[in-house]
Order: sequence, then structure tokens, then C-alpha cells
Amino acid sequence: MATMNMIQALNSAMDVMLGRDPDVLIFGEDVGFFGGVFRATEGLQKKYGLERCFDTPIAEGGLIGVAVGMGAYGLRPVVEIQFADYIYPAYDQIVSEVARLRYRSAGQFCAPMTIRTPYGGGIFGGQTHSQSVEALFTHVAGLKVVVPSNPYDAKGLLISAIEDDDPVIFLEPKRIYNGPFDGHHDRPILPWSKHPASEAPEGYYTVPLGEARTMRAGSAVTVLAYGTMVHVALAAAEESGVDAEVIDLRTLWPVDIEAITASVRKTGRCVIVHEATRTSGFGAELSALVQERCFYHLEAPIERVAGWDTPYPHAFEWEYFPGPGRVAAALKRTAEA
Amino acid sequence: MTSTRRTDARRKARSRTPAASPHGANALSLRIPEPKARPGEMLDFGNLRLSEAGSVTRPPIDAAARDLRDLAFALIRVLDKDGRAVGPWAPTLAPDALKRALEAMMLTRAFDDRMYRAQRQGKTSFYMKCAGEEAVAVGQAMALERDDMCFPTYRQQGLLITRGYPLVDMMNQVLSNAHDPLKGRQLPVLYSSREYGVFSISGNLGTQFSQAVGWAMASAYKGARRIAAAWIGDGSTAEGDFHHALTFAAVYRAPAVLNVVNNQWAISSFHGIAGDADAPFASRAIGYGLPALRVDGNDLLAVYAATAWAVERARANLGATLIEHVTYRAEGHSTSDDPSQYRPAEEAAAWPLGDPIRRLKQHLISVGHWSEEEHGALEKKLIETVRAAGKEAESHGALNSGSRPSIATMFEDVYKHPPWHLREQRQQLGV
Repeated sequence: MATMNMIQALNSAMDVMLGRDPDVLIFGEDVGFFGGVFRATEGLQKKYGLERCFDTPIAEGGLIGVAVGMGAYGLRPVVEIQFADYIYPAYDQIVSEVARLRYRSAGQFCAPMTIRTPYGGGIFGGQTHSQSVEALFTHVAGLKVVVPSNPYDAKGLLISAIEDDDPVIFLEPKRIYNGPFDGHHDRPILPWSKHPASEAPEGYYTVPLGEARTMRAGSAVTVLAYGTMVHVALAAAEESGVDAEVIDLRTLWPVDIEAITASVRKTGRCVIVHEATRTSGFGAELSALVQERCFYHLEAPIERVAGWDTPYPHAFEWEYFPGPGRVAAALKRTAEA
Repeated sequence: MTSTRRTDARRKARSRTPAASPHGANALSLRIPEPKARPGEMLDFGNLRLSEAGSVTRPPIDAAARDLRDLAFALIRVLDKDGRAVGPWAPTLAPDALKRALEAMMLTRAFDDRMYRAQRQGKTSFYMKCAGEEAVAVGQAMALERDDMCFPTYRQQGLLITRGYPLVDMMNQVLSNAHDPLKGRQLPVLYSSREYGVFSISGNLGTQFSQAVGWAMASAYKGARRIAAAWIGDGSTAEGDFHHALTFAAVYRAPAVLNVVNNQWAISSFHGIAGDADAPFASRAIGYGLPALRVDGNDLLAVYAATAWAVERARANLGATLIEHVTYRAEGHSTSDDPSQYRPAEEAAAWPLGDPIRRLKQHLISVGHWSEEEHGALEKKLIETVRAAGKEAESHGALNSGSRPSIATMFEDVYKHPPWHLREQRQQLGV
């Protein structure tokens, strides 16, 4: 076992997979010699050679298009989009090509790629370095969408994603790359080394896609969260005094519907939290699923705590970010309703 | 006389200064490009740069791209007006190979004619012919190895036909019937055959161009010998994917043959809407540091020779070549299009580069390996071949009648294994 922060865990996952499978290639903007702007691919080019881990032109649509061709050949590209906010030029390739290739060719061709990209707020990144784009991909038939919330899961999920024969959008909550963040921005920053989930094996292991994890057992209300918001929700549960059951979805799609329904049927109440804008966010889908499957167990309206429906404002980071105060208030309202 | 007057009036209307401008003669004016001729106007091919057959030099395959820039503005032609093969690009193809090429082009045209009629008879929703452009796909398929991977558009059906893909399977796809290899999931003509080295055709134009470069990079990474070929229309060269493909191909020296099929028309927009009409599409390669060849796309020998040059160069690890095939879309964009609305009806017949089938036929006759009688007999035989295939395909059903693919398969292949929500939705549909 080793102690890893999330960047080290992701790096270790790619290191393991480059070592195990010669068909795994890693590329993206600045990922080669430099090792990526967040250092996730540091040292990999030196260890495995130029052609295993290399820089690409600044052309997100181009590098995904190239990855489709590589996937069709039989390789397993792992590509980095430097920020999720930059993924839009590749949207046509992802939606029309990556997601549908297996279907439209009746299984003749597939594009088994992993698209890693840092997402989310809490870093004063402004509109173009803070967005949460998950709903743009959970809406697309043929994609899997994964969001880890800690180093152990990050490594195990990334290995699963690379090995998966379907394309995976792997969203990395960049605020928690270097330490867990519960939304209390005014408190000292904690490193991952103080957190039990920073313990991870140095070698190969997997965390299966499609399985949620209960982070805190509780009886009063179910909280559905992912990424940074898992830590915010855990803090809110402690601070509100509400005995919340916090579920880390880990895979957004296909979501672990059994874990969700089992918990909500037990607690009868549900709060959904995400950083992304509220309207047509992934929380809307979760809310609908819970309503469809748990309606007769519900004792209170389902609440969503989400980013406001504005572009991400630079100077108002903490008014925008759905911090523990907002989540705690929602927990109380829902528990007392 | 009438049409000339109308042309003059329209050109005058095009160049006038906006009356409302307070700047008068010094005012800026916005240019909206227009083709030389619209319906009812005099034909004018003045934009078309031609070279004499045999006049363009053939450089060695390892020539530096910077020494090849003139080729982007010339036009490689092998067949002269009498059907003789002339000049340094004239390939050494045995008469049997030329006859196979002629047969593949004729079969493609016969196939198109039948499927067009099938659409008109309501047997399917949609069809796209490649009439007038057959030499591009057929000539290139002959210059590529059988296991090189093709990333075509919807107008290179000649690739599948030249590679011997069963006509019945093509028809099954067009008819979306019970034997459709793509299980009724794709619009007609968006074929896919991994076995025959033809990548799944997308309806989103241009996406295949960078994908082909990725496939070629993969082949190079694996140290294999296979190369990729991709096609894009003149209109779609305006998409970002074209730029991505050329950028990545140049940066990573991808073993690919990148083809622009300039058939003059993107639905109703002439080629001057996709880029400046004075700059050949081939010349775009220059800025990327890639070699470019501009070829008479209706001259099968020229298409074959240019492609063979680019294939040899790619396989020698010297990277990609951009080839512009100058041709003409002799019929509508698709069964949903009526070209008489936007271009002169006589333009196709008057196209200065002629018809690819007629030109190869003329060549074969001129060298003594073919005759009108043999040609007529072959035409009859191919029409019969297509008719028989059509009957067989229709026995497996069509879009709106007879057997269809199993509806349960609608939920398959979205993912490798159907997740819970698709299993549930399949149950909801009751299949």
C-alpha cells in the first residue's frame, strides 16, 4: 500500500495500464514531456517512451477524432482534455462518433477510449475552468460517465474505465486533486495523506463501474452526491445533526439504481447535490428516477442543491459553490418536512 | 441571348454598392460568392483550371513536399481527348485490370440506377447516387491494398463494389430489411464493413477525416504495413475535421491518403462557398507541409496513378498526401434533392472532363482491347446481375413491407452489454 493524492493515484493507474497493455496510449495537450498541467501524466513519457504518452495539437475535436480511429484499429487511447470546459469542440466527435460507433456499425467497430478531464469549481477558475459538464454526457446513449471522489476510487475506477470496451467520460473533480474539500474554504487545506482513502495499492486493482458506495450510513435522509460534493455532503451531515445516509454514486451512468432505491426506501427522503447548474442537471434525472421507483416510500419532496443557473462567476466563487451550509439547510428541511 | 442578358443583369446586381451607404463609392461591400451560372444561364466553366493530358511531371515518391507545390495547381490527366494514355503519370495497368475497373464503374452505376428506382417505388426512404464520380472510388480501391482501411463518405459505394462486397448485402442495408448487416440502424447507403475494410460511414460530414488519421497513426505505432484512406467532399472541407486531419497527419507523419472529392456541388452550394474559388482544394495542403496532387477525377488512369503514388509514399513511411479529385456530381445530392432548382440542367452533360465510364471505354477501344459490342453485352449482363441481386434482397423485405430486423436488436450494441435501463426499456416495449 502507498499513500497517494488523487493526481498520484491517477498517474499510478495509467502507469499500471501502460505497463500491462501495449495497446494503451496516452495523449493530450501538454501531457507528454511536461506531464500535464495538473501533472497527472508526469514521468510516463520518460518511463514508457515518446510514442506511448505524447503531446497533441490544441484541437480537442481532432484528438478525439484521432482516438476514434485508433480505437477502431484496436488500441485503447486514454486522452486528456485539459479542462472539461474545453471539451465542447470535441462534442460532435464524442456524441456522433464515439458514443454511436458500436451501435451504428452493428458491433463491427467500437471506440473503447477513456476521456479524462478535470471538472468542477472551487479553484477560482472562472467560467472557463470551473464547469461541471456531466449532464451533457449522461444524456448521450452509448457513453459511460464516471466521477471519483478519492484517490483509492480514482485509481481503481480509471483502470476499470481503461479496460472497459465502451467509451468512458472520466470526470476528475480538480478541487480535490490534492486534498479532500468539504466546502469550508475558510479553513486550512487538508492533504489526502490524512484521509483513509489515500491508501491505495501500488499495483493493479479495480473498482467496478456502475457501483455506488455508501460513505455514511444513516436513517433520516438519503444524500446522492459525487465528486467534491461527497465531501461537502459528509460535512453537512455532521454539522446539521441530520442522520443522513451519504451515497457516492462514483459512476453516474449507468447509475447504481439498486443502491439508490434501497437507501431511499429505507430513509423515505432524498437530497441530491451537485455543482453543475440546476436546470436539466443530472440531479433532475436522479430526482425522476427516485420519484418513479420510490414514490410510495417518500415522506418529503426530493430536494436538489446545485449550482445556480448562471455561468460560473469568478468573483463569487463561494456564493455560487453549493457549500455545506446550503446542503445542511436542505437536509434539515427534508428531514423535518 | 436571353440567358446572357439575364446573367449580365445578375452580375450587375451582385456588384452594386449598397445605396444606403453614406460612403458612396468608397463604401465597403460584402461579397457573397455565386457560381458562374444558375438555371437558365449560359454555361461557364471559366473557374476550372485544366492542364493538358500528359503535361504534368511525376516526381519521385520521396520528393520533399516543398518541391511539389506546383502540383496543387496543375491537373494530372492521363487520357487525352482521343482516349490515349499519355505522359509520365500513365500507369502500367494490364488490359484485364482496366476491364475490371470499367466493369466496377459500370456495376456501380447500374446498382445506383436500381436503388434510385427502389426509393422512387417506396421500397426505402432515401438513396444517394455517385453518377459521374465512379472513377474516384473504383480507381482508388484498385491502387490500395485490400486490407488498407477506407474511411469514405456516402458517395464512394464503388469501394465496396470494387472490393467485391456482395451487392445483396448492400441492398439489404439500403432496404433496412431482415438481412440488413446494420440491423436497420443506419440511413440507407451509410454502409459499414470491417471485413471489407470500409469504416462505418457517418452522416455527420467530415468526422471520418481525422479518424482515418488516427487509424493510420495506430498502424504506424504497431509497426504494421497497412495504411488508411479517407474521403471528404468539397463542401465538408470547411469543417474543422478537415483541418484537424491535416494537422495531425502532418505532425505525426500518418500513413494516410486524404482525398477531397471536388464534385463542384455541396447540395445546392457551389465549391466557392466552401473556400475561395481561385484556390484549389489541393493547395490547402501546402500550409500544412503536406504534398498535394490535383487530379482529373473522371480519368480512371489518372486517379489510379495519383493514388498509387500517394500509397507508395505513405507505405514508405513518408506520410500523408492530399489528393483533390476534380469531378462533377452528375445527378442530385440525394433522392431528396432537385438540382434543376439551382444549377443549369445542361451543366452535367457539358462538364469539360466528360464521363469516367465513357472515357475508359474509349481508351480500351482505342488500344484494341474492347469493342462497342463487348461493352453493350457487359452492360446488359451487369443490369441483369443487379436485377437478380435486387430480387434476392427484396425477398428479405424492405423498409415498409415484408421482414424487418428483429426489433429486440434495437436495444443491443448501445453498450457491449445492455445496462439495466436498456433491459428495462426493452421490456417496456414488450420485445
